[in-house]
Amino acid sequence: MHTVLTVASGVLLTLGSIFLLTGAVGLLRFPDFYTRIHAGGIAETVGAGFILLGLLVRPDDWSPSVAVRLLVILAFLVLTSPTATHVLAQAARRDGVPVWEEGDGPQ
Amino acid sequence: MIATHYVYWVLFAIMMIGLYVVISHGNLLKKLIGLSIFQVGVFLFYISLGKVRGGSAPIISPTVQTYSHPLPQVLILTAIVVGVATLAVGLGLAVRIFETYGTVEEDEVITRSATDPADGVPEDSLNGGGGDAAQGDEA
Amino acid sequence: MSTEFTLVAIALLAMLTLTAMIISRLRGLYGAAMVAALFSLLTASLFVLMDAVDVAFTEAAVGVGVSTVLVLTVLALTHSREAVTPRNRRLPAVAVVVAAGGALVYASQDLPAFGSADSPIQTHPITDVYLVESQEDIGIPNVVTEVLASYRGLDTLGELIVVFTAGLTVLSLLGTLAPPEDCKPPGRFHLTDYRVIRIVSGLLMPFILLFALYVLFHGDYGPGGGFQAGVIFASGFVLYGLVFGLDRAQQVVPPRVLWLLVSLGPLVYAGVGVTTMLLGGTFLDYDMLNQGHPESGQHLGILVVETAIGLTVAAVMMTIFFGFASRGVTRK
Repeated sequence: MHTVLTVASGVLLTLGSIFLLTGAVGLLRFPDFYTRIHAGGIAETVGAGFILLGLLVRPDDWSPSVAVRLLVILAFLVLTSPTATHVLAQAARRDGVPVWEEGDGPQ
Repeated sequence: MIATHYVYWVLFAIMMIGLYVVISHGNLLKKLIGLSIFQVGVFLFYISLGKVRGGSAPIISPTVQTYSHPLPQVLILTAIVVGVATLAVGLGLAVRIFETYGTVEEDEVITRSATDPADGVPEDSLNGGGGDAAQGDEA
Repeated sequence: MSTEFTLVAIALLAMLTLTAMIISRLRGLYGAAMVAALFSLLTASLFVLMDAVDVAFTEAAVGVGVSTVLVLTVLALTHSREAVTPRNRRLPAVAVVVAAGGALVYASQDLPAFGSADSPIQTHPITDVYLVESQEDIGIPNVVTEVLASYRGLDTLGELIVVFTAGLTVLSLLGTLAPPEDCKPPGRFHLTDYRVIRIVSGLLMPFILLFALYVLFHGDYGPGGGFQAGVIFASGFVLYGLVFGLDRAQQVVPPRVLWLLVSLGPLVYAGVGVTTMLLGGTFLDYDMLNQGHPESGQHLGILVVETAIGLTVAAVMMTIFFGFASRGVTRK
Protein backbone atom coordinates (compact mmCIF):
# COMPACT_ATOMS: atom_id res chain seq x y z
CA MET A 1 0.00 0.00 0.00
CA HIS A 2 2.78 2.35 0.95
CA THR A 3 4.61 1.88 -2.35
CA VAL A 4 1.38 2.18 -4.35
CA LEU A 5 0.64 5.54 -2.75
CA THR A 6 4.20 6.75 -3.20
CA VAL A 7 4.15 5.79 -6.87
CA ALA A 8 0.74 7.39 -7.36
CA SER A 9 1.98 10.55 -5.71
CA GLY A 10 5.03 10.60 -7.98
CA VAL A 11 2.91 10.05 -11.08
CA LEU A 12 0.51 12.86 -10.14
CA LEU A 13 3.36 15.25 -9.40
CA THR A 14 5.02 14.47 -12.73
CA LEU A 15 1.72 14.87 -14.59
CA GLY A 16 1.22 18.24 -12.92
CA SER A 17 4.68 19.39 -13.95
CA ILE A 18 4.07 18.25 -17.54
CA PHE A 19 0.83 20.22 -17.68
CA LEU A 20 2.52 23.31 -16.32
CA LEU A 21 5.30 22.97 -18.86
CA THR A 22 2.77 22.54 -21.69
CA GLY A 23 0.91 25.59 -20.47
CA ALA A 24 4.10 27.61 -20.45
CA VAL A 25 4.96 26.52 -23.98
CA GLY A 26 1.43 27.33 -25.11
CA LEU A 27 1.67 30.75 -23.47
CA LEU A 28 4.67 31.50 -25.65
CA ARG A 29 3.67 29.85 -28.89
CA PHE A 30 -0.01 30.49 -29.48
CA PRO A 31 -0.78 33.14 -32.08
CA ASP A 32 -3.42 35.17 -30.28
CA PHE A 33 -4.01 36.78 -26.90
CA TYR A 34 -7.15 34.77 -26.18
CA THR A 35 -5.62 31.40 -27.06
CA ARG A 36 -2.58 32.27 -24.97
CA ILE A 37 -4.55 32.98 -21.83
CA HIS A 38 -6.62 29.88 -22.56
CA ALA A 39 -3.46 27.78 -22.59
CA GLY A 40 -2.00 29.50 -19.58
CA GLY A 41 -5.16 29.45 -17.49
CA ILE A 42 -6.31 25.91 -18.11
CA ALA A 43 -2.92 24.26 -17.98
CA GLU A 44 -2.04 26.18 -14.84
CA THR A 45 -5.24 25.18 -13.03
CA VAL A 46 -4.92 21.53 -14.03
CA GLY A 47 -1.20 21.43 -13.41
CA ALA A 48 -1.39 23.03 -9.97
CA GLY A 49 -4.37 20.80 -9.17
CA PHE A 50 -2.44 17.64 -10.02
CA ILE A 51 0.51 18.79 -7.95
CA LEU A 52 -1.79 19.41 -4.98
CA LEU A 53 -3.39 15.97 -5.43
CA GLY A 54 0.07 14.42 -5.64
CA LEU A 55 0.99 16.05 -2.33
CA LEU A 56 -2.31 14.89 -0.89
CA VAL A 57 -1.73 11.16 -1.41
CA ARG A 58 1.82 11.09 -0.07
CA PRO A 59 1.87 8.43 2.66
CA ASP A 60 5.13 9.50 4.32
CA ASP A 61 4.12 12.47 6.50
CA TRP A 62 0.39 12.43 6.06
CA SER A 63 -1.75 14.15 8.66
CA PRO A 64 -5.43 15.11 8.51
CA SER A 65 -4.80 18.81 9.09
CA VAL A 66 -2.37 19.02 6.17
CA ALA A 67 -4.78 17.08 3.94
CA VAL A 68 -7.69 19.39 4.75
CA ARG A 69 -5.55 22.42 4.02
CA LEU A 70 -4.48 21.02 0.66
CA LEU A 71 -8.11 20.37 -0.26
CA VAL A 72 -9.10 23.90 0.71
CA ILE A 73 -6.25 25.32 -1.37
CA LEU A 74 -7.41 23.16 -4.28
CA ALA A 75 -10.97 24.42 -3.90
CA PHE A 76 -9.88 28.06 -3.90
CA LEU A 77 -7.55 27.46 -6.83
CA VAL A 78 -10.34 25.94 -8.92
CA LEU A 79 -12.59 28.84 -7.96
CA THR A 80 -10.25 31.78 -8.58
CA SER A 81 -7.98 30.79 -11.44
CA PRO A 82 -10.69 30.41 -14.12
CA THR A 83 -12.32 33.61 -12.88
CA ALA A 84 -9.06 35.47 -13.36
CA THR A 85 -8.75 34.17 -16.93
CA HIS A 86 -12.39 35.16 -17.53
CA VAL A 87 -11.77 38.72 -16.30
CA LEU A 88 -8.68 39.00 -18.49
CA ALA A 89 -10.54 37.80 -21.56
CA GLN A 90 -13.53 40.09 -20.96
CA ALA A 91 -11.30 43.09 -20.36
CA ALA A 92 -9.35 42.37 -23.54
CA ARG A 93 -12.56 41.93 -25.54
CA ARG A 94 -13.90 45.24 -24.25
CA ASP A 95 -10.62 46.89 -25.05
CA GLY A 96 -10.71 45.61 -28.62
CA VAL A 97 -7.80 43.16 -28.65
CA PRO A 98 -8.15 41.53 -32.09
CA VAL A 99 -9.06 37.87 -32.48
CA TRP A 100 -6.73 35.80 -34.63
CA GLU A 101 -8.19 34.64 -37.92
CA GLU A 102 -6.99 31.74 -40.05
CA GLY A 103 -4.21 32.97 -42.26
CA ASP A 104 -3.02 35.88 -40.08
CA GLY A 105 0.55 35.97 -38.86
CA PRO A 106 1.36 35.54 -35.18
CA GLN A 107 0.29 38.49 -33.00
CA MET B 1 35.16 29.49 -0.44
CA ILE B 2 32.75 29.42 -3.36
CA ALA B 3 30.82 26.43 -2.03
CA THR B 4 30.22 28.06 1.32
CA HIS B 5 29.70 31.66 0.25
CA TYR B 6 28.01 31.47 -3.14
CA VAL B 7 24.61 32.37 -1.67
CA TYR B 8 25.94 35.64 -0.30
CA TRP B 9 27.57 36.57 -3.60
CA VAL B 10 24.44 35.93 -5.64
CA LEU B 11 22.47 38.07 -3.19
CA PHE B 12 25.06 40.82 -3.52
CA ALA B 13 24.58 40.59 -7.28
CA ILE B 14 20.83 41.09 -6.83
CA MET B 15 21.47 44.09 -4.59
CA MET B 16 23.80 45.56 -7.18
CA ILE B 17 21.28 45.08 -9.98
CA GLY B 18 18.76 47.00 -7.89
CA LEU B 19 21.31 49.72 -7.16
CA TYR B 20 22.15 49.98 -10.85
CA VAL B 21 18.48 50.48 -11.69
CA VAL B 22 18.15 53.20 -9.06
CA ILE B 23 21.21 55.11 -10.26
CA SER B 24 21.04 54.80 -14.01
CA HIS B 25 17.37 54.85 -14.92
CA GLY B 26 15.71 58.22 -15.02
CA ASN B 27 12.09 57.20 -14.66
CA LEU B 28 10.97 57.70 -11.06
CA LEU B 29 8.70 54.66 -11.05
CA LYS B 30 11.51 52.48 -12.39
CA LYS B 31 13.75 53.80 -9.64
CA LEU B 32 11.18 52.75 -7.04
CA ILE B 33 10.96 49.28 -8.51
CA GLY B 34 14.77 49.07 -8.51
CA LEU B 35 14.82 50.21 -4.90
CA SER B 36 12.47 47.40 -3.95
CA ILE B 37 14.74 44.90 -5.75
CA PHE B 38 17.65 46.20 -3.67
CA GLN B 39 15.53 45.92 -0.52
CA VAL B 40 14.61 42.32 -1.26
CA GLY B 41 18.28 41.48 -1.78
CA VAL B 42 19.07 42.89 1.65
CA PHE B 43 16.20 40.94 3.23
CA LEU B 44 17.39 37.68 1.68
CA PHE B 45 20.94 38.34 2.86
CA TYR B 46 19.77 38.90 6.44
CA ILE B 47 17.66 35.75 6.47
CA SER B 48 20.45 33.68 4.96
CA LEU B 49 22.66 34.58 7.94
CA GLY B 50 20.25 32.86 10.30
CA LYS B 51 19.84 29.62 8.39
CA VAL B 52 21.23 26.48 10.03
CA ARG B 53 22.09 23.33 8.09
CA GLY B 54 19.42 20.75 8.80
CA GLY B 55 17.39 23.24 10.78
CA SER B 56 13.71 23.94 10.61
CA ALA B 57 11.43 26.95 10.98
CA PRO B 58 11.56 28.40 14.51
CA ILE B 59 8.20 26.99 15.58
CA ILE B 60 8.84 24.86 18.65
CA SER B 61 7.75 21.31 18.01
CA PRO B 62 8.72 18.06 19.76
CA THR B 63 9.90 16.42 16.52
CA VAL B 64 12.53 19.02 15.63
CA GLN B 65 16.11 19.15 16.91
CA THR B 66 17.62 22.30 15.43
CA TYR B 67 15.95 25.57 14.61
CA SER B 68 17.04 28.37 12.35
CA HIS B 69 17.60 31.58 14.22
CA PRO B 70 14.40 33.60 14.78
CA LEU B 71 15.92 37.04 15.24
CA PRO B 72 16.69 37.94 11.60
CA GLN B 73 13.19 36.79 10.66
CA VAL B 74 11.60 39.12 13.21
CA LEU B 75 13.58 42.09 11.95
CA ILE B 76 12.86 41.38 8.29
CA LEU B 77 9.16 40.73 8.86
CA THR B 78 8.58 44.27 10.09
CA ALA B 79 10.99 45.61 7.48
CA ILE B 80 8.89 44.18 4.63
CA VAL B 81 5.72 45.92 5.76
CA VAL B 82 7.59 49.16 6.40
CA GLY B 83 9.11 48.77 2.94
CA VAL B 84 5.75 48.70 1.23
CA ALA B 85 4.56 51.64 3.30
CA THR B 86 7.53 53.73 2.17
CA LEU B 87 6.97 52.52 -1.40
CA ALA B 88 3.47 53.96 -1.12
CA VAL B 89 4.91 57.31 0.03
CA GLY B 90 7.36 57.28 -2.88
CA LEU B 91 4.55 56.51 -5.31
CA GLY B 92 2.47 59.33 -3.84
CA LEU B 93 5.36 61.73 -4.43
CA ALA B 94 5.70 60.45 -8.00
CA VAL B 95 1.99 61.09 -8.63
CA ARG B 96 2.28 64.64 -7.32
CA ILE B 97 5.42 65.27 -9.39
CA PHE B 98 3.61 64.00 -12.45
CA GLU B 99 0.68 66.28 -11.80
CA THR B 100 2.92 69.31 -11.36
CA TYR B 101 5.41 68.75 -14.19
CA GLY B 102 3.59 66.42 -16.53
CA THR B 103 6.32 63.79 -16.53
CA VAL B 104 8.03 61.27 -14.26
CA GLU B 105 11.34 61.30 -16.12
CA GLU B 106 13.91 62.81 -13.79
CA ASP B 107 15.80 64.82 -16.41
CA GLU B 108 12.58 66.29 -17.78
CA VAL B 109 11.45 67.26 -14.30
CA ILE B 110 14.72 69.06 -13.64
CA THR B 111 14.51 70.87 -16.98
CA ARG B 112 10.91 71.94 -16.48
CA SER B 113 11.40 73.03 -12.90
CA ALA B 114 14.38 75.17 -13.96
CA THR B 115 12.52 76.93 -16.77
CA ASP B 116 9.17 77.56 -15.05
CA PRO B 117 9.41 76.99 -11.30
CA ALA B 118 6.11 76.29 -9.51
CA ASP B 119 4.28 77.39 -12.61
CA GLY B 120 1.89 74.46 -12.74
CA VAL B 121 1.22 72.04 -15.52
CA PRO B 122 2.17 72.72 -19.13
CA GLU B 123 -1.21 72.75 -20.82
CA ASP B 124 -0.50 70.18 -23.48
CA SER B 125 0.98 67.34 -21.48
CA LEU B 126 -1.89 66.17 -19.28
CA ASN B 127 -5.47 65.24 -20.11
CA GLY B 128 -7.62 67.92 -18.58
CA GLY B 129 -4.64 69.42 -16.83
CA GLY B 130 -6.17 72.71 -15.72
CA GLY B 131 -7.06 73.14 -12.09
CA ASP B 132 -4.30 70.91 -10.85
CA ALA B 133 -2.33 73.87 -9.62
CA ALA B 134 -5.23 74.73 -7.35
CA GLN B 135 -5.51 71.15 -6.24
CA GLY B 136 -1.85 71.25 -5.34
CA ASP B 137 -2.51 73.81 -2.61
CA GLU B 138 -4.73 71.64 -0.50
CA ALA B 139 -2.91 69.58 2.11
CA MET C 1 24.04 21.21 2.75
CA SER C 2 22.22 18.29 1.20
CA THR C 3 22.28 18.10 -2.57
CA GLU C 4 18.53 18.70 -2.98
CA PHE C 5 18.81 21.87 -0.95
CA THR C 6 21.76 23.10 -3.00
CA LEU C 7 20.02 22.31 -6.29
CA VAL C 8 16.82 24.07 -5.33
CA ALA C 9 18.75 27.02 -3.92
CA ILE C 10 20.84 27.38 -7.08
CA ALA C 11 17.78 27.12 -9.32
CA LEU C 12 15.82 29.71 -7.32
CA LEU C 13 18.77 32.08 -7.05
CA ALA C 14 19.44 31.83 -10.79
CA MET C 15 15.79 32.58 -11.61
CA LEU C 16 15.86 35.46 -9.15
CA THR C 17 18.94 37.06 -10.72
CA LEU C 18 17.54 36.56 -14.21
CA THR C 19 14.25 38.18 -13.18
CA ALA C 20 16.09 41.15 -11.67
CA MET C 21 18.02 41.66 -14.90
CA ILE C 22 14.80 41.44 -16.94
CA ILE C 23 13.15 44.08 -14.75
CA SER C 24 16.12 46.33 -15.35
CA ARG C 25 15.84 45.94 -19.12
CA LEU C 26 12.07 46.26 -19.54
CA ARG C 27 11.00 49.70 -20.66
CA GLY C 28 7.29 49.00 -20.68
CA LEU C 29 6.54 49.65 -17.02
CA TYR C 30 3.37 47.55 -16.82
CA GLY C 31 5.51 44.57 -17.78
CA ALA C 32 8.18 45.59 -15.27
CA ALA C 33 5.56 45.73 -12.49
CA MET C 34 4.29 42.23 -13.28
CA VAL C 35 7.80 40.79 -13.45
CA ALA C 36 8.45 42.48 -10.11
CA ALA C 37 5.49 40.52 -8.72
CA LEU C 38 7.12 37.35 -10.05
CA PHE C 39 10.34 38.47 -8.36
CA SER C 40 8.55 38.76 -5.02
CA LEU C 41 7.04 35.29 -5.45
CA LEU C 42 10.49 33.80 -6.09
CA THR C 43 11.82 35.55 -2.99
CA ALA C 44 8.96 34.11 -0.96
CA SER C 45 9.98 30.63 -2.16
CA LEU C 46 13.58 31.36 -1.22
CA PHE C 47 12.47 32.49 2.22
CA VAL C 48 10.67 29.17 2.73
CA LEU C 49 13.86 27.37 1.66
CA MET C 50 15.75 29.27 4.36
CA ASP C 51 13.20 28.29 7.02
CA ALA C 52 11.72 31.78 7.35
CA VAL C 53 8.06 30.82 6.94
CA ASP C 54 6.60 33.92 8.61
CA VAL C 55 8.69 36.14 6.39
CA ALA C 56 7.70 34.17 3.28
CA PHE C 57 4.05 34.62 4.21
CA THR C 58 4.50 38.37 4.59
CA GLU C 59 6.49 38.71 1.38
CA ALA C 60 3.88 36.77 -0.59
CA ALA C 61 1.04 38.88 0.77
CA VAL C 62 2.82 42.23 0.61
CA GLY C 63 5.25 41.97 -2.28
CA VAL C 64 3.05 40.08 -4.68
CA GLY C 65 -0.29 41.54 -3.68
CA VAL C 66 -0.23 45.04 -2.27
CA SER C 67 2.94 46.26 -3.92
CA THR C 68 1.87 45.23 -7.41
CA VAL C 69 -1.60 46.75 -7.05
CA LEU C 70 -0.11 50.04 -5.87
CA VAL C 71 2.42 50.25 -8.70
CA LEU C 72 -0.23 49.37 -11.30
CA THR C 73 -2.59 52.01 -9.88
CA VAL C 74 0.12 54.65 -10.09
CA LEU C 75 1.05 53.54 -13.60
CA ALA C 76 -2.55 54.15 -14.59
CA LEU C 77 -2.21 57.66 -13.16
CA THR C 78 1.03 58.42 -15.00
CA HIS C 79 2.63 57.50 -18.32
CA SER C 80 3.69 53.91 -18.59
CA ARG C 81 6.67 53.85 -20.90
CA GLU C 82 10.18 54.62 -19.78
CA ALA C 83 12.59 56.72 -21.81
CA VAL C 84 15.89 55.21 -22.94
CA THR C 85 18.74 55.67 -20.48
CA PRO C 86 21.30 58.09 -21.92
CA ARG C 87 24.76 56.60 -22.27
CA ASN C 88 26.41 59.09 -19.96
CA ARG C 89 24.47 57.73 -17.00
CA ARG C 90 25.34 54.10 -17.51
CA LEU C 91 29.09 54.28 -17.00
CA PRO C 92 29.04 55.99 -13.57
CA ALA C 93 26.30 53.60 -12.49
CA VAL C 94 28.35 50.57 -13.55
CA ALA C 95 31.43 51.98 -11.80
CA VAL C 96 29.53 52.52 -8.53
CA VAL C 97 27.93 49.10 -8.73
CA VAL C 98 31.21 47.31 -9.42
CA ALA C 99 32.95 49.18 -6.61
CA ALA C 100 30.19 48.51 -4.09
CA GLY C 101 29.78 44.90 -5.16
CA GLY C 102 33.52 44.31 -5.01
CA ALA C 103 33.71 45.77 -1.54
CA LEU C 104 30.85 43.55 -0.39
CA VAL C 105 32.42 40.41 -1.84
CA TYR C 106 35.77 41.28 -0.28
CA ALA C 107 34.12 41.85 3.12
CA SER C 108 32.08 38.67 2.87
CA GLN C 109 35.19 36.53 3.18
CA ASP C 110 34.93 36.99 6.92
CA LEU C 111 31.34 35.87 7.02
CA PRO C 112 30.60 32.40 8.42
CA ALA C 113 29.80 29.71 5.89
CA PHE C 114 26.20 29.55 4.76
CA GLY C 115 24.25 27.30 7.14
CA SER C 116 26.97 26.82 9.71
CA ALA C 117 25.80 25.93 13.20
CA ASP C 118 28.76 27.43 15.08
CA SER C 119 28.63 30.98 13.75
CA PRO C 120 28.50 33.81 16.32
CA ILE C 121 24.78 34.33 15.83
CA GLN C 122 23.93 30.70 16.59
CA THR C 123 26.19 30.35 19.64
CA HIS C 124 25.20 33.61 21.28
CA PRO C 125 23.36 33.12 24.62
CA ILE C 126 20.36 35.08 23.35
CA THR C 127 19.55 32.16 21.03
CA ASP C 128 18.97 30.00 24.09
CA VAL C 129 16.77 32.66 25.63
CA TYR C 130 14.62 32.86 22.51
CA LEU C 131 14.36 29.14 21.80
CA VAL C 132 14.36 27.52 25.24
CA GLU C 133 13.62 30.00 28.01
CA SER C 134 10.80 31.56 26.02
CA GLN C 135 8.85 28.34 26.35
CA GLU C 136 8.94 28.67 30.15
CA ASP C 137 8.34 32.42 30.21
CA ILE C 138 5.66 32.64 27.52
CA GLY C 139 4.89 29.18 26.22
CA ILE C 140 3.90 30.00 22.63
CA PRO C 141 5.25 27.66 19.92
CA ASN C 142 5.89 30.35 17.29
CA VAL C 143 9.15 31.89 18.48
CA VAL C 144 9.00 34.66 15.87
CA THR C 145 5.70 35.94 17.30
CA GLU C 146 7.14 35.80 20.81
CA VAL C 147 10.22 37.77 19.88
CA LEU C 148 8.23 40.23 17.74
CA ALA C 149 5.52 41.02 20.25
CA SER C 150 7.18 40.47 23.58
CA TYR C 151 10.98 40.38 23.66
CA ARG C 152 11.33 43.12 21.04
CA GLY C 153 7.94 44.71 21.45
CA LEU C 154 9.37 48.22 21.56
CA ASP C 155 10.94 47.77 18.11
CA THR C 156 7.61 46.62 16.75
CA LEU C 157 5.88 49.66 18.23
CA GLY C 158 8.38 51.82 16.40
CA GLU C 159 7.75 50.01 13.13
CA LEU C 160 4.02 50.42 13.65
CA ILE C 161 4.49 54.17 14.07
CA VAL C 162 6.43 54.19 10.79
CA VAL C 163 3.54 52.48 9.02
CA PHE C 164 1.13 54.94 10.64
CA THR C 165 3.26 57.87 9.50
CA ALA C 166 3.39 56.50 5.97
CA GLY C 167 -0.42 56.37 5.94
CA LEU C 168 -0.57 59.96 7.16
CA THR C 169 1.95 61.05 4.54
CA VAL C 170 0.01 59.46 1.70
CA LEU C 171 -3.15 61.16 2.97
CA SER C 172 -1.44 64.54 3.08
CA LEU C 173 0.16 64.05 -0.34
CA LEU C 174 -2.93 62.92 -2.17
CA GLY C 175 -5.58 64.85 -0.29
CA THR C 176 -8.65 63.53 1.40
CA LEU C 177 -10.59 60.81 -0.35
CA ALA C 178 -13.19 62.02 -2.81
CA PRO C 179 -16.80 61.78 -1.65
CA PRO C 180 -18.66 58.71 -2.93
CA GLU C 181 -20.80 60.67 -5.42
CA ASP C 182 -17.69 61.58 -7.39
CA CYS C 183 -16.30 58.07 -7.40
CA LYS C 184 -18.74 56.42 -9.75
CA PRO C 185 -16.82 54.23 -12.19
CA PRO C 186 -16.56 55.58 -15.75
CA GLY C 187 -19.54 54.39 -17.77
CA ARG C 188 -17.69 52.45 -20.43
CA PHE C 189 -16.59 49.36 -18.53
CA HIS C 190 -18.10 48.22 -15.28
CA LEU C 191 -16.83 44.97 -13.81
CA THR C 192 -20.09 44.22 -12.04
CA ASP C 193 -21.81 43.75 -15.40
CA TYR C 194 -20.23 40.32 -15.49
CA ARG C 195 -22.06 37.84 -13.34
CA VAL C 196 -19.09 35.50 -12.87
CA ILE C 197 -16.81 38.17 -11.46
CA ARG C 198 -19.51 39.62 -9.25
CA ILE C 199 -20.51 36.30 -7.75
CA VAL C 200 -17.02 34.91 -7.29
CA SER C 201 -15.63 38.02 -5.63
CA GLY C 202 -18.73 38.27 -3.44
CA LEU C 203 -18.18 34.63 -2.54
CA LEU C 204 -14.50 35.12 -1.82
CA MET C 205 -14.66 38.22 0.34
CA PRO C 206 -15.96 36.63 3.56
CA PHE C 207 -13.38 33.88 3.19
CA ILE C 208 -10.59 36.39 2.75
CA LEU C 209 -11.62 38.32 5.86
CA LEU C 210 -12.09 35.11 7.81
CA PHE C 211 -8.68 33.92 6.73
CA ALA C 212 -7.19 37.21 7.87
CA LEU C 213 -8.69 36.72 11.32
CA TYR C 214 -7.48 33.12 11.36
CA VAL C 215 -3.95 34.22 10.51
CA LEU C 216 -4.11 36.81 13.27
CA PHE C 217 -5.22 34.48 16.02
CA HIS C 218 -3.32 31.43 14.86
CA GLY C 219 -0.08 33.37 14.66
CA ASP C 220 0.89 31.94 18.02
CA TYR C 221 0.94 28.34 16.80
CA GLY C 222 1.94 28.58 13.18
CA PRO C 223 3.17 31.16 10.72
CA GLY C 224 1.11 34.29 10.96
CA GLY C 225 0.55 37.28 13.14
CA GLY C 226 -0.60 40.85 12.98
CA PHE C 227 1.31 42.09 9.91
CA GLN C 228 0.18 39.32 7.58
CA ALA C 229 -3.37 39.47 8.89
CA GLY C 230 -3.59 43.21 8.31
CA VAL C 231 -2.36 42.94 4.74
CA ILE C 232 -4.75 40.08 3.90
CA PHE C 233 -7.66 41.96 5.47
CA ALA C 234 -6.86 45.05 3.41
CA SER C 235 -6.56 43.02 0.21
CA GLY C 236 -10.11 41.75 0.73
CA PHE C 237 -11.37 45.30 0.65
CA VAL C 238 -9.12 46.17 -2.27
CA LEU C 239 -10.81 43.33 -4.18
CA TYR C 240 -14.20 44.76 -3.25
CA GLY C 241 -13.17 48.23 -4.35
CA LEU C 242 -11.78 46.99 -7.66
CA VAL C 243 -14.84 44.94 -8.59
CA PHE C 244 -17.76 46.89 -7.18
CA GLY C 245 -16.42 50.40 -7.55
CA LEU C 246 -14.85 52.95 -5.25
CA ASP C 247 -18.19 54.55 -4.31
CA ARG C 248 -19.61 51.33 -2.87
CA ALA C 249 -16.30 50.52 -1.17
CA GLN C 250 -16.41 53.91 0.54
CA GLN C 251 -19.96 53.23 1.68
CA VAL C 252 -18.82 49.95 3.19
CA VAL C 253 -15.80 51.53 4.88
CA PRO C 254 -16.37 55.28 5.29
CA PRO C 255 -13.17 57.34 5.36
CA ARG C 256 -13.79 58.63 8.86
CA VAL C 257 -14.05 55.10 10.20
CA LEU C 258 -10.84 54.25 8.38
CA TRP C 259 -8.96 57.16 9.93
CA LEU C 260 -10.29 56.19 13.35
CA LEU C 261 -8.96 52.66 12.88
CA VAL C 262 -5.59 53.97 11.68
CA SER C 263 -5.16 55.92 14.91
CA LEU C 264 -6.66 53.22 17.10
CA GLY C 265 -3.89 50.72 16.44
CA PRO C 266 -0.87 52.62 17.82
CA LEU C 267 -3.11 53.93 20.60
CA VAL C 268 -3.97 50.41 21.76
CA TYR C 269 -0.36 49.27 21.46
CA ALA C 270 1.04 52.19 23.45
CA GLY C 271 -1.95 51.90 25.75
CA VAL C 272 -0.93 48.37 26.68
CA GLY C 273 2.50 49.70 27.54
CA VAL C 274 1.10 52.46 29.71
CA THR C 275 -1.27 49.99 31.38
CA THR C 276 1.62 47.76 32.39
CA MET C 277 3.39 50.80 33.79
CA LEU C 278 0.31 51.71 35.81
CA LEU C 279 0.12 48.15 37.08
CA GLY C 280 3.61 48.44 38.50
CA GLY C 281 5.93 47.15 35.80
CA THR C 282 7.97 48.79 33.07
CA PHE C 283 6.67 49.88 29.65
CA LEU C 284 5.33 46.85 27.72
CA ASP C 285 6.08 44.39 30.52
CA TYR C 286 3.20 41.99 29.89
CA ASP C 287 3.88 39.99 33.06
CA MET C 288 2.00 42.68 34.96
CA LEU C 289 -1.21 42.18 33.03
CA ASN C 290 -2.20 39.16 35.08
CA GLN C 291 -0.74 39.40 38.57
CA GLY C 292 0.47 36.05 39.78
CA HIS C 293 0.28 34.39 36.35
CA PRO C 294 2.99 36.05 34.27
CA GLU C 295 2.62 33.49 31.48
CA SER C 296 -1.05 34.23 30.84
CA GLY C 297 -0.23 37.93 31.17
CA GLN C 298 2.24 37.47 28.31
CA HIS C 299 -0.39 35.63 26.26
CA LEU C 300 -2.90 38.43 26.80
CA GLY C 301 -0.34 41.10 25.99
CA ILE C 302 0.77 39.38 22.80
CA LEU C 303 -2.84 38.90 21.68
CA VAL C 304 -3.80 42.54 22.22
CA VAL C 305 -0.63 43.81 20.60
CA GLU C 306 -1.01 41.58 17.53
CA THR C 307 -4.60 42.77 17.13
CA ALA C 308 -3.43 46.38 17.28
CA ILE C 309 -0.78 45.65 14.64
CA GLY C 310 -3.33 43.97 12.37
CA LEU C 311 -5.75 46.85 12.79
CA THR C 312 -3.20 49.52 11.92
CA VAL C 313 -1.68 47.71 8.97
CA ALA C 314 -5.09 46.91 7.49
CA ALA C 315 -6.38 50.44 7.91
CA VAL C 316 -3.19 52.04 6.52
CA MET C 317 -3.14 49.73 3.50
CA MET C 318 -6.81 50.50 2.79
CA THR C 319 -6.21 54.23 3.20
CA ILE C 320 -3.28 54.10 0.80
CA PHE C 321 -5.22 52.15 -1.81
CA PHE C 322 -8.33 54.31 -1.62
CA GLY C 323 -6.17 57.43 -1.72
CA PHE C 324 -4.46 56.40 -4.95
CA ALA C 325 -7.65 55.10 -6.52
CA SER C 326 -9.72 58.18 -5.83
CA ARG C 327 -6.90 60.41 -7.11
CA GLY C 328 -7.45 58.97 -10.54
CA VAL C 329 -11.19 59.54 -10.30
CA THR C 330 -11.11 63.13 -9.10
CA ARG C 331 -8.55 64.19 -11.64
CA LYS C 332 -10.86 63.73 -14.61
